[in-house]
Amino acid sequence: MDWGAIIENTTRGLIGEQFIYFGLAALGLNIHFGYTGLLNLGQAVFMAAGAYGLSMSVVTLGLNFWWGLLLGVIVFPLILAAIMGVPTLRLRADYLAIVTIAASEMFRIVARSPSLDRWTGSSDGLTGFATTFYDLSPYDKQERYFFDLFIGNQMWVVTVGWIALVIVILISLLLMKSPWGRVLKAIREDEDAARSLGKNAYWYKMQALMIGGVFGAMGGMLRAIGTQSAQPQNFITDVTFFAWVALILGGAAKVLGPIAGAAVLYAILSFTDVALRQGVDNGHIPEWLMTGTQVGQVRFMLIGLGLILLAAFRPQGIFGNKEEMALDDR
Amino acid sequence: MTAESIPVAPALAGVPWEPGASKPDVILTASGVRRTFGGLTAVDVDHLEVQRGVITALIGPNGAGKTTFFNLLTNFDKPDTGSRNFEGRDLDGVAAHRVANLGMVRTFQLTKALSKMTVIENMLLGATGQAGEKLSRSLFPPMWRGQERANTERADELLARFKLDHMREEFAGTLSGGQRKLLEMARALMVEPTMVMLDEPMAGVNPALKQSLLDHVKGLRDDGMTVLFVEHDMDMVQEISDWVVVMAEGRIIAEGPPASIGQNQAVVDAYLGSHHDSALDLEADL
Repeated sequence: MDWGAIIENTTRGLIGEQFIYFGLAALGLNIHFGYTGLLNLGQAVFMAAGAYGLSMSVVTLGLNFWWGLLLGVIVFPLILAAIMGVPTLRLRADYLAIVTIAASEMFRIVARSPSLDRWTGSSDGLTGFATTFYDLSPYDKQERYFFDLFIGNQMWVVTVGWIALVIVILISLLLMKSPWGRVLKAIREDEDAARSLGKNAYWYKMQALMIGGVFGAMGGMLRAIGTQSAQPQNFITDVTFFAWVALILGGAAKVLGPIAGAAVLYAILSFTDVALRQGVDNGHIPEWLMTGTQVGQVRFMLIGLGLILLAAFRPQGIFGNKEEMALDDR
Repeated sequence: MTAESIPVAPALAGVPWEPGASKPDVILTASGVRRTFGGLTAVDVDHLEVQRGVITALIGPNGAGKTTFFNLLTNFDKPDTGSRNFEGRDLDGVAAHRVANLGMVRTFQLTKALSKMTVIENMLLGATGQAGEKLSRSLFPPMWRGQERANTERADELLARFKLDHMREEFAGTLSGGQRKLLEMARALMVEPTMVMLDEPMAGVNPALKQSLLDHVKGLRDDGMTVLFVEHDMDMVQEISDWVVVMAEGRIIAEGPPASIGQNQAVVDAYLGSHHDSALDLEADL
């Protein structure tokens, strides 16, 4: 076994790009679900708004990178939240769930459509929109950085990603410690009670949807920048559910919960990937049990098993509060 | 008991004991309010005026439409037709949360203590006009910290008055049923209302806490607030209300001081059925 490679990959999962993309998306979901009780099953569409907001602005419309950044991170997710929120936020929680999952699939399928090739690049997606971003990189493209974990451009994405994460975490902490955050929690607990005390529940839910959406769009945009492409296939529903897994693993309604969840999720995925592959290659895992091509799927089985164990033994998540959880039963 | 010997609150002296009676100083009016659910007419109230500064009880047998009427008065439900007027302001089309900001705050039959928030957080939520509840200012604590401190002081005073101060940091979900009612009432007072609407404040409260709750309700009136409450518990109605409004089958069938209600034929009929004394006739027929 090559323990060096295993440790290297696990660390990359723990702090690397995938963790950043999904950490941001999960922080957004935490505002939606953890604090406000909004059931957003389409976080992928907010991520797509960030990715396509940037790439379409630059490639299709010929705007510069900074306009694309503004449109992708702020304007598109706000419009999207308004479109999905106006008809559903006055209704029960399930309606938002239906609309978000439908919107995320609609966006993906429409973006994939060959008739929109000129605009969205259909299933090939768009590329070549991140040059400005990489031109700003202080790192040497050929060099490896941070214990040789990341090469130059990767290191730049990870650096910017971590800065974004820190900013989003600080904003979340400030918001949730403020009276504004208190109103969100009240709405999650009982919307009518909040209304009876003079709080405009509808407007607060809209604001929460927008802010969580902006966080998701940041994750999606960084992903497009990191992979240097915006493709419909990158925003399938699995993407939403990875963010949910990160949130549930870490524990909802704790600011650092989803971050820890995303780190643990991607560390486990990277660790099992390398460890199982080596096990198969070295003959530690017999052929009849698993072949090299099955490693990818088995990883997710293990994650599923982990989630089941978590639900059974620590339902509040890694960071969650057991006392709080127990109040549900009363 | 003759009509002369029945005590009447001074503010309501001279008000006729009949449905829809007009009062000298009105805070809340409902006119022609009707609400149907499919074929069922739940509420059909011609006219009701609520006197300022007194405790008015809304009673009636099960299914009389009290809670529905209550929801209509607080704009938690919309009437099919009819108007409601609070302090000279038409409530038609006003959102429920705005009604609270106008000074009319309600509680719920099934207590809505926000269980995963602490008692003090529950209280602070009630304060209105908080700068820190605006998204744009919430990110800058210096812009709301002073106000938060003042609100916390007021909340602590109220908690002490309602004897909940020892539970300050506990999750509201750990409170007993009666304590939740107390918390809900204290929280409503954080809004600094002119009118408090209580939906069955005694439901599910153990007898030991009842007296203290009653005193708190009287305390609201003594502090100059108007109270309207829905209740089943006749003892409570007799003890603390200044005026009683009786509903049956969606309509208001009687109004008057509490002592007069027991003798009102329409009320007795509504509670016991209009032929409750027919057994005697039956005997006579034999």
